Amino acid sequence: MSEVSAQSVLAHLFQMGKVPKKKRSVADKVRKAKTSFEIKNNPFEVKINRKKFDVLGRKSKHDVGLPGVSRSKANNKRKETLLKEYKQKGRSSKFIDKRFGEYDTQMAPEDKILKRFALERQRVHDKKDLYNLNEDEELTHYGQSLAEMEKFNDAVDSDDESEEKGLLSAELTASHFGGGGLLRKKTGGQQDGEETHRAKSRQELIDELIQKSKQEKRERQVRKEESQELTEKLDQEWKSIQALLVKKTPKCDRAEEEKPKLEQYDMMVRELVFDMKAQPSEKLKTPEELAREEREKLQKLESDRLRRMMGEEVEESSQSQSHISADDLHDGFILDKDDEKTLSYQVGDKRRQAVCVEDGDAGEEEEEEEEDDNADEEGRRRRRRGSRRPAMMKKMVTLTWSPSKKIKAQQEAAKAELPYTFTAPESYSDLKDLLQGHTPDNQRLIVARTQKSNHASLAVGNKLKLQKMFGFLLEYIGELATRSPPELVAVDKLIPELYSMCQMFPEAACKAMQSIFEDAGHTMEEVLEVKGHVPFPALDMLVYLKVTGLLFPTSDFRHPVTTPALLYISQALTKCPVRSLQDVTSGLVLCCLGVEYVTFSKRFLPELINFLAGTLHLAVKDKTSLGSYTVVPPFRPTGKCSDLLVLSDSESCASWTKKSLPLSATRHLELRSDPTQTQARLTCVSTCLDLVKRCCLLYKDLPSFTCIFRPIRTLLSEHLSAQTLPELLQILESIGGAAVTRCRLVLEKKKPIPLKLLTPKIVEVLDYGKKRGCNREEREKERLKHKYKKEFKGALREIRKDTRFLAREKLTEVMDRDSERKRKVRELFGSLATQEGEWKALKRMKSK
Amino acid sequence: MLTCDTVHVSFILYVILQSEKEKDVVNAVNACSKLFSTLLEKKDLFLGKLPTGEEEEAFIGLSAEEKYRLFMRQRYSSCVEMLLEHLDHELYSVKESALCCLMKFAEGEGRHPLEDLDWSEHYSFPRELLQGVVDRLLSRTTENSMLISRFQEFLEMEDVRYYVMSSIRENVGKVLAKNKGVGEPFMFNNVFSLMSNISIPSQESGLTNFMIKQEGESCLLSEHKRAFEKMWLGFLKYKLPSNMYKKILVILHDSILPHMSKPTLMIDFLTAAYDVGGAISLLALNGLFVLIHQHNLDYPDFYKKLYNLLEPSVFHVKYRARFFHLANLFLSSSHLPLYLVAAFAKRLARLALTAPPTALLIVLPFICNLIRRHPSCRVLVHKPKSVEDPYLMEEEDPAQCRALESSLWEIKTLQSHYHPDVAKAAGSINTPLSGLEDDISELLEKTTYELMERDLKQTRKTVPLEFETATQLLKGGGDVLGQHFCLG
Repeated sequence: MSEVSAQSVLAHLFQMGKVPKKKRSVADKVRKAKTSFEIKNNPFEVKINRKKFDVLGRKSKHDVGLPGVSRSKANNKRKETLLKEYKQKGRSSKFIDKRFGEYDTQMAPEDKILKRFALERQRVHDKKDLYNLNEDEELTHYGQSLAEMEKFNDAVDSDDESEEKGLLSAELTASHFGGGGLLRKKTGGQQDGEETHRAKSRQELIDELIQKSKQEKRERQVRKEESQELTEKLDQEWKSIQALLVKKTPKCDRAEEEKPKLEQYDMMVRELVFDMKAQPSEKLKTPEELAREEREKLQKLESDRLRRMMGEEVEESSQSQSHISADDLHDGFILDKDDEKTLSYQVGDKRRQAVCVEDGDAGEEEEEEEEDDNADEEGRRRRRRGSRRPAMMKKMVTLTWSPSKKIKAQQEAAKAELPYTFTAPESYSDLKDLLQGHTPDNQRLIVARTQKSNHASLAVGNKLKLQKMFGFLLEYIGELATRSPPELVAVDKLIPELYSMCQMFPEAACKAMQSIFEDAGHTMEEVLEVKGHVPFPALDMLVYLKVTGLLFPTSDFRHPVTTPALLYISQALTKCPVRSLQDVTSGLVLCCLGVEYVTFSKRFLPELINFLAGTLHLAVKDKTSLGSYTVVPPFRPTGKCSDLLVLSDSESCASWTKKSLPLSATRHLELRSDPTQTQARLTCVSTCLDLVKRCCLLYKDLPSFTCIFRPIRTLLSEHLSAQTLPELLQILESIGGAAVTRCRLVLEKKKPIPLKLLTPKIVEVLDYGKKRGCNREEREKERLKHKYKKEFKGALREIRKDTRFLAREKLTEVMDRDSERKRKVRELFGSLATQEGEWKALKRMKSK
Repeated sequence: MLTCDTVHVSFILYVILQSEKEKDVVNAVNACSKLFSTLLEKKDLFLGKLPTGEEEEAFIGLSAEEKYRLFMRQRYSSCVEMLLEHLDHELYSVKESALCCLMKFAEGEGRHPLEDLDWSEHYSFPRELLQGVVDRLLSRTTENSMLISRFQEFLEMEDVRYYVMSSIRENVGKVLAKNKGVGEPFMFNNVFSLMSNISIPSQESGLTNFMIKQEGESCLLSEHKRAFEKMWLGFLKYKLPSNMYKKILVILHDSILPHMSKPTLMIDFLTAAYDVGGAISLLALNGLFVLIHQHNLDYPDFYKKLYNLLEPSVFHVKYRARFFHLANLFLSSSHLPLYLVAAFAKRLARLALTAPPTALLIVLPFICNLIRRHPSCRVLVHKPKSVEDPYLMEEEDPAQCRALESSLWEIKTLQSHYHPDVAKAAGSINTPLSGLEDDISELLEKTTYELMERDLKQTRKTVPLEFETATQLLKGGGDVLGQHFCLG
């Protein structure tokens, strides 16, 4: 009961809703019926915005307005939105249309319908046909069952469609397509009258048509058979002739039987085709050309170096230097890819193999292992034994070494003991195990071979291994230097290997060196903070400093390794107090290194001069009368260690001959006897003087040369006697004296400041009429402000219109209500009046 | 019952206190502290002065109660003596526990005085006990800095600090007068570490933390200041070793001068130190600056002396940063005569020829700042006609050294310094200086390692390499090393 009533109410409501819609749609139709052209031409509709003046090239959108149209549009919109909201105001319940996609404005109506249909079908299907496998519902086309229509197909003979090319007629199409039924009905309706007398002729026509086509078909079949026969015949004939015409055919069955005959020739041809043609090789260079090339390369590198020295940034170009193998003979021979190809050639040609083995010396992987005849030495050498091929070995070895018979037999023997491949060491102890117990020469060979057998191009991880190995080698060198006695010969031998590895991996080398200096600098700083002074760096640090100078350019304005190294040297020279002859020697080694570092760039190293002056001060006998010069820390004017280099007797000086000090003297000096001590002192002093000489030459162009060398000059001229230091002093005096006159005069500076220009700055304004701002930001701000204002105004206007609209609606509502009430009242009054009238009439009747 | 126990316990404790074992001693000290503090609280110790003479005699004619008290008091005083001796013990843990125990006793005695309050002495503070502690702390034979830093905790309390100050003064006066002004280094160190730990709150309201409730002079800030001042002056009037001078001068401006009631009393000390020369003069500068700046000290020839302080060693001493900070302050005045500024600039430049890179990075901006402040000094960097250098390095008077006639060739020289930063800083002299001064305060504390780190941490894409093939260790780079040294 309640359901029914609700439904009826719903229906009623829908109807109610539809009624005004219909009304509106009628009004809209009226308006829409008027074309826009019509409206625009109606002078009552159009409002023309008068322009004060025309501007050329400007298009204005708003010169013509259609106030009526836009007002009605706005009104309609309000009715759809605002009015609905107003009507719904204060109501909590509302109707929701649950049909699919009813409120989806994005969806096209066709889609909606389709989807709804699909949903409907699904619903039906789900319930009823859950177990129904095959009995689908009938498919229809234009309301007719497709199954029915299939019967039409039998009527038309369509086994050969190509024959009916020209026969497309209304009948045919009608019979072929399902829509024919409707079409026919239509035509039937139209030709109702004709059909009666033409029905027969039509039947006849069809029969005729069928006959015709059948006949044609037969004819064609005959023709086809004939042509096929002909071609078969021709083929057979051709086959019989073919054998005569062509001698050799590419047919496989025939090639197979002929193969043994042709093999040699074939091989030769193919070999000729695929074999490498003689490439035009570069012509052999004459020695002059070679020298020139070398010079050019060096010049380029030199210019790079100079540029870096001036502190300019260098591009990548300088990095193109190719890796040079340790065994490179510098003969320009490069093993390229073509040679590798010959290596992999399958033919067992002895001559070729010999060549390839010879090549092996110039950078090929040396896989071959030599036969080991000294079995008792095996244990000593820890090495990897790869696959051994004893039969081949002897031949290989003789082949390898036969071209280089000039090498001394002894050396050959020494080399012959070493294996040819090594695994790259994984840790520092591995490397130590590898190298321990070998002679320095052999150590070098081992490193070189390890490097080659783990060349970066051979396997993926090799690069990293070798990079690590560089760090281990550095560590090893440091350890060699710290042993007592230091094994500097071994270090010396390893230098070329270090250099070549550094050339291969500059970044890794740089990192390794940097970490060494970082550690050293850090420990020095820590000791300094605690004690205030540090001992001189040990021999390993000195070696590292020297190696740095060998591996990296010391003349760069700023270099990630050499700049810290120089700082380290200067720090050591200023903070390490000199307490013994060993300290003096260490200091002098550092000075030598410092001089080497700045030789090329001629940079000023104040600590160097200070230290040299201090060292000379140590040789001054009478320290009381100083005053014309000052000593810079770490040296003190007087003190217990300030007489280290004072020479006691002049006799020993006469017998003294210059010998170079061993580097190990930085650690311990044999100073048993007095003469040897004097000898050592004399060597130190002479070294110091030589360094002073070099410094004089280096710095003679500096503007304050005299000031820098004043302490040394006074020391030499006034405090050190020429008798004890015979001819050295003379040389120095001359150098010092000659340089006195040098003094740069002027310090020019200040670039001329350009005069202020007083001409007005003219800015071309290209966009007239647009709002001008100084920059983009201001313009953007201005634009946004303008937009905001406009929007604000628009919104305000809209709100006003909304309120007006609502007010109007309310008014109409009130009016409607009032009129309704009036009507009802009038009705009531009317009915009352009639009642009254009736009553009166009745009364009158009664009274009558 | 209880009394009997305490007597036994006190005896046993006294014995254990003399034991050799560290653990026993520490435990005994702790037990002592507990026992006697409760006794002090209960007022179970004899009041008044301890009778001298034989122990047995003292007990004659006393009631049992009084006997007990007297006996305990004797134990107490012998225990205190033991503890004071333990302050010289070689083990720190023993020393520490003894010190804490003694301070606890001091607190107890302060709360519950052992003697009747004599109202003429309007304070009740165990001065004798504290004096004993201070005497032991300022030992002549051992270094007590650890214990003193432990003692600092008690110095937080205003009254303790006040009495410690007077005790120090007495102790120092006594000891040094006895030795005719020659003290042992240990004692100086102890005195210094104790005295430098003393700091006085800056406001009267800061005096709140008392161990024992006090009234009278120890509550007044001015009294505290006066005691502080007396203590320091009493110490400083003796001849001190030079490293002690340095230590004092380092903290003088910061932790001594502000706490004195009359800082001007330090003038004599400071001027004497300033005249010593070398590092001590450099350090005295700071105190002098405070006096000149805040206390209206007029120091004749101040700048001349400052000028003469500039020696090559200035760049190498530990107090380099402090010196340049102050020199920057002194020379920041724009009313200095031109010749003076020029003399400073020239002298600094000349000295820069021997300076390490870290110092150069301070000095070069310093000189640039001088030229900026005094634009007439620009002649130093721009003089198209001069040839000779007329500057007299040996002249002591900046007015006579003819710096204005010279030019800063030294900076030109430093443009070819080996360190890139220095070379760049020196290069700035070539261009017209910008208006803003360089801030040198960041550069003052830079160390060589920091300079090294800058290059070490930098990651560059490519590392330039030496292209001359290295063959031997001693070859390459001009063969300087190979010429003078050989392998082996």
